Amino acid sequence: MGKKRKRLGRYIALYLMMVPGIIYLLINNYLPMTGIVLAFKRYNFKDGIYKSPNVGLENFKFLFKTKDAWIITRNTLCYNLVFILLGTVMAIMVAILLNEVGRACIKKVYQTVILLPFLISIVIVSYLAYAFLNESTGFLNTTLLKLLGKDPVSWYTTPKYWPVILCIVYLWKSFGYNCILYYSNLVGIDRGYYEAAAIDGAGYWKQTLHITLPCLKPTIIILTLMNISKIFYSDFGLFYQVPMNQGALLDVTNTIDTYVYRGLVQSNNIGMTAAAGLYQAFMGFVLVVAANLIVRKIDKDSALF
Amino acid sequence: MIGKSKGIHIAANVVLSILTICVIVPFLILISSSMTSEHTLIREGYGLLPKDIDFTAYNLLLGGSSSILQGYLISFGVTLMGTVVSLTITTLFAYPLSRKELPARNFLAFFLFFTMLFNGGLVSSYMMWTRTFHIKDTVWALLVPNLLMSGFNVIMMRTYFTSNIPEEVIDAAKIDGAGELKLLVSVVLPMSLPILATVGLLIGLGYWNDWLNGLYYVNDDRLYNIQVILNKMLLNAEAMKKAAGAGVVGMPVPSTSMKMAVAVLGALPVMVLYPFFQKYFVKGITVGAVKG
Repeated sequence: MGKKRKRLGRYIALYLMMVPGIIYLLINNYLPMTGIVLAFKRYNFKDGIYKSPNVGLENFKFLFKTKDAWIITRNTLCYNLVFILLGTVMAIMVAILLNEVGRACIKKVYQTVILLPFLISIVIVSYLAYAFLNESTGFLNTTLLKLLGKDPVSWYTTPKYWPVILCIVYLWKSFGYNCILYYSNLVGIDRGYYEAAAIDGAGYWKQTLHITLPCLKPTIIILTLMNISKIFYSDFGLFYQVPMNQGALLDVTNTIDTYVYRGLVQSNNIGMTAAAGLYQAFMGFVLVVAANLIVRKIDKDSALF
Repeated sequence: MIGKSKGIHIAANVVLSILTICVIVPFLILISSSMTSEHTLIREGYGLLPKDIDFTAYNLLLGGSSSILQGYLISFGVTLMGTVVSLTITTLFAYPLSRKELPARNFLAFFLFFTMLFNGGLVSSYMMWTRTFHIKDTVWALLVPNLLMSGFNVIMMRTYFTSNIPEEVIDAAKIDGAGELKLLVSVVLPMSLPILATVGLLIGLGYWNDWLNGLYYVNDDRLYNIQVILNKMLLNAEAMKKAAGAGVVGMPVPSTSMKMAVAVLGALPVMVLYPFFQKYFVKGITVGAVKG
């Protein structure tokens, strides 16, 4: 009896430790979830979130009638798909190459440098982009294009360049982090596999194809799953700050996140903005559950949950 | 790999050198332009090497009446305080989750995990923080929303505890009569310094680099942290004049070079500290790769 009580006392102590975290999650994460009712209301300041009149699905109807709904969905999804694809391929390639560098000190230099972009905020990244792209003093117009004998380009008002620019900025900022992730996995691969393969006469490419990549598969799946769970989300700073919030670029830079923020700031239609937010959260949730289900079917151990 | 040719080595070095240059060049342009005089910049544009050395931009930005120093102070203060509180809450949440015998452990883990899968969106968070908790234009706005505890960090820490603290050690401490808090503080934490450093670092970086909370919840310019100032200066010229200080009213502001100088100032603390925490950082990414 005494032993049982003692154990209970221990559990209580453990639960007590978790109280601050639980309270924080309730306030920061769960309480706003109740605010999704806003998406079904015509919000007015006087009645507040919960007492504003219900309008059913009207906000969603309005949202999907606008051209915006299509554009922000297309942009968010397409950019993310390209980011996932290019990001993964680049990170794995660089990780494999990093593993081939013989000298430890040179390897360390590479590791240190490629992680630098990950450390700085996206606001500073937008300054770096500005140093390249500014029309009158940017590096591209004043140096690179001049060297090539081309006319200067007004980057911040020409939408057609931005899909490429945003991809480059995204890769520049994030490839180092992902690369180190894959690299740490590569280092852990049993060297015996390679020795055996070499005895069997497998060359470098064969070894990469049949040993390295299969060993990385669990990590690739997990990271891709995590990325898919965020496929309806976008890095707000990348799409808002890096293009400097230029109206001329909206067609190719507006994503669900920037749309929701602009809606909130202009606050002309809170209900519709909330509807866009709920659409995003719901679709993201459904997608990650579905993707996880598929992975579970194929390979149970690789699933996220 | 075994049996590879020398060509692979060379190819690896070539590709990685090119990537290294691609990473470094933007920083180089930033730094060299920040120390170039305004009229050279306007004539020749941002370049790789400074054609003449001129520190006017820095003098203005770091002068007495500038908002930059205050922004630094707020960023440092918030980062320090936020990191301490956040690391404490995260540790206290992660440790019980690592104890297999704890009843309802799976439920609590799901309670955490669900927040990573679904959220109420910006609009309702914004309404709640500003209308229920009234944090607009207070220092809480920079500290609390979204930054105090992340599910990712908790899972990372829990994974470390489960895989690096042997159950025998915990059992032995229990037999010695240690209570749970004492067990955590005097047995588990001393064995977990690498993960504490790593998570602390990620949290600190999160606070230092955060500009969203400032954008959403702060209009009072006395509360602007360095990232918010940077953000305002990029988008409007008025903020630039303000940062140059009241002492130069009427004088043209060298905004072309100042833009670069202010970005250098924003990135500097992290860059200077990076060599010291690089080891933990790489380790942290590696630990984070382990499935939660």
